[in-house]
Amino acid sequence: MAVGTVDRVPPRRAGARVSGTFWRHPWARATALLTPPLAWFVLIYLASLCVLLITAFWQINSFTTNIVRIWNLANFQQIFENAAYREIILRTVAMAAGVTIVDGILAFPFAYFMARVASDRSRTALFVAVLLPLWASYLARVYAWLLIFTHDGVLNWFLAKLGLGSANLIYTNVAVFVVFCYIWLPFMVIPVYAALERIPSSYLEASGDLGARGWRTFRSVILPLALPGLAAGSIFTFSLTLGDFITPILIGGAGSNLIGNVIESNVGVANNVPFAAAFAMVPIAIMAIYLFIAKRLGAFEAL
Amino acid sequence: MRTRWQVPVMAIGVMLVAAACGSSGGSSSGGGGGSSSGAQAQPPTATMKPQTSIGQGEGKLNVIAWEGYTQPLWVKPFEQQTGCKVNAKYAGSSDQMVALMKNGGGGQYDLVSASGDASLRLIYGGDVKPVNVNLIPDWKNFFPQLQSPPHNTINGIHYGISLQWGPNTLMYNTKDFPTAPTSWSVIYDSKYSGKITVPDNPIQIADAALYLSKTQTNLGITDPYELTQAQFNAAINLLKQQRPLIKKYWGLASQEISMFKNGDAIIGASWPYQESVLRSAGAPIASTIPSQGATGWADTWMLATKAPDPNCAYLWLKYISTPKAQAQQATWYGETPANTLACPIMNQIDKGSCALYHANAPASYFDTIKFWKTPIATCDNGQNDCVPYSEWQQAWTTEVTG
Repeated sequence: MAVGTVDRVPPRRAGARVSGTFWRHPWARATALLTPPLAWFVLIYLASLCVLLITAFWQINSFTTNIVRIWNLANFQQIFENAAYREIILRTVAMAAGVTIVDGILAFPFAYFMARVASDRSRTALFVAVLLPLWASYLARVYAWLLIFTHDGVLNWFLAKLGLGSANLIYTNVAVFVVFCYIWLPFMVIPVYAALERIPSSYLEASGDLGARGWRTFRSVILPLALPGLAAGSIFTFSLTLGDFITPILIGGAGSNLIGNVIESNVGVANNVPFAAAFAMVPIAIMAIYLFIAKRLGAFEAL
Repeated sequence: MRTRWQVPVMAIGVMLVAAACGSSGGSSSGGGGGSSSGAQAQPPTATMKPQTSIGQGEGKLNVIAWEGYTQPLWVKPFEQQTGCKVNAKYAGSSDQMVALMKNGGGGQYDLVSASGDASLRLIYGGDVKPVNVNLIPDWKNFFPQLQSPPHNTINGIHYGISLQWGPNTLMYNTKDFPTAPTSWSVIYDSKYSGKITVPDNPIQIADAALYLSKTQTNLGITDPYELTQAQFNAAINLLKQQRPLIKKYWGLASQEISMFKNGDAIIGASWPYQESVLRSAGAPIASTIPSQGATGWADTWMLATKAPDPNCAYLWLKYISTPKAQAQQATWYGETPANTLACPIMNQIDKGSCALYHANAPASYFDTIKFWKTPIATCDNGQNDCVPYSEWQQAWTTEVTG
């Protein structure tokens, strides 16, 4: 390289100079790229969480429901001492866990078929079939189940045709459970599919060559490799069920209140925002523990 | 197992985030809420002078109303006359009305059609302000009991204009009940298990108390809104026994309508509105006031303290108090108008409806209905041992419906 060539390079444009600066100073590049999303995250997300937390330590005037800014732990005490709230928390966790397990069992064979058996064309068709319901409104899908489960609904009509009497499922926890399993199923299918699709065929052949039969291959090769996908999907199904309050309102009956309903009724009905804030800490804590376990299972490698 | 680690983990998490939030956000002034108030105390907005004339309308009016209170039938003429576009937010319960009025510090809404169990909370919460009744010509034609009732008038200051009133009825499917039930006992009867629905509303405890006041006289309940702890516990126990029989506690009137339409419920506590909608859809539905009497509501249009459209609000108060608008709403909803002059117009719209809805009723009729009011710790007899509303709310959500 001749030294003089530098002088003959045409003056660089401003854009090029900026990109040059960022190239020479990686920290500046990182700062410029990260500032907008970080500012958004800190200001909108963390700040509102902080406000929520602070509110949890306040009280309301029980008659006028105005907020009284006196610091205490009464809200938390009430949550842990009241048997009804404990029952609601346990019911919600059991519901979320049940939905997660059933969705996992339903999604696995479906995802396996999509990933390893189906042809390219039928795979596309199955993808559309899984994702299509997500294009319809959540409410429309829940109301569809109302029409199925209701006393004069499709299910009872069908059972009557078969001479099986009628099932009184509407406004019960069973109905809520079925609707949750249906609504969140796509969120389990996709991560499991992604995990199964990544398993090289050679692993399965190797397993067969070493004398393993179908069940052994499934247990020792496929399932361990699919576990991160199942864990990732379970994060969706578990957290979505944990936070939902609309399905219990529309489909549930007496004794269907979940954590979300307690929060919703304290904000929207009782106007006890401090108590709602305190109660909102419960699912946050449950999710924190759940994510910790999911991380151990490698869920975040499959996202 | 769960509780053993959940508590410490949560406590640590809570402390960490609280620490991270720092002190900047937490500067508290201490006394945000008004101290608890007896009925004689002066509400925070008592000294606000109401306007003395109605100016040009602002072009819009935002109201919180019961479902069905802003029907096009009487809202459209108002919009044409005044140019005030009415935007309504329906509330499913009095508690929700109070919550909506307070959300965001107030200021989104101009008016609220508060029932008696919410009105005092709004007045003492400073959410509504005095209204000048002289700007409402039809106020003089109201039933005397509804001109200055204790649920909207304190120390002679009016915090709203009475609207309509009516009983909480027992609604039933005429196919299952060829003759009208005569007692509220049907909604506590295991014979109708899984076919009963009642409102998801803490004030429902008063309905249980009213029933007990007639069926278990040894409890000594005289006023279903003023319950001692023992009386309150008896009512809650009755409601706990009722819970397994309940198909669903309805939140919105439309939920009860669809339950009766689909056959998921055949008997339940209702407002005349649901019956009116169901009957006009041809459903075999009727309603009755059982022998124990009924609770009832009396609604008041109240003016928000921070109402952004006060002129449109006054124009609405003036309009909705006129005999015609009152009669239209009364016949549509099946309730009783506050304006005594509405009676003949009701009969024009629907022959016999004036007598049907007691729009010409004598004062004695008022006494058979136990009107909603906010339960407070101070009972009428001066004792301070009544169960306040906050405990009604808590018992309702944790012990009854939970």
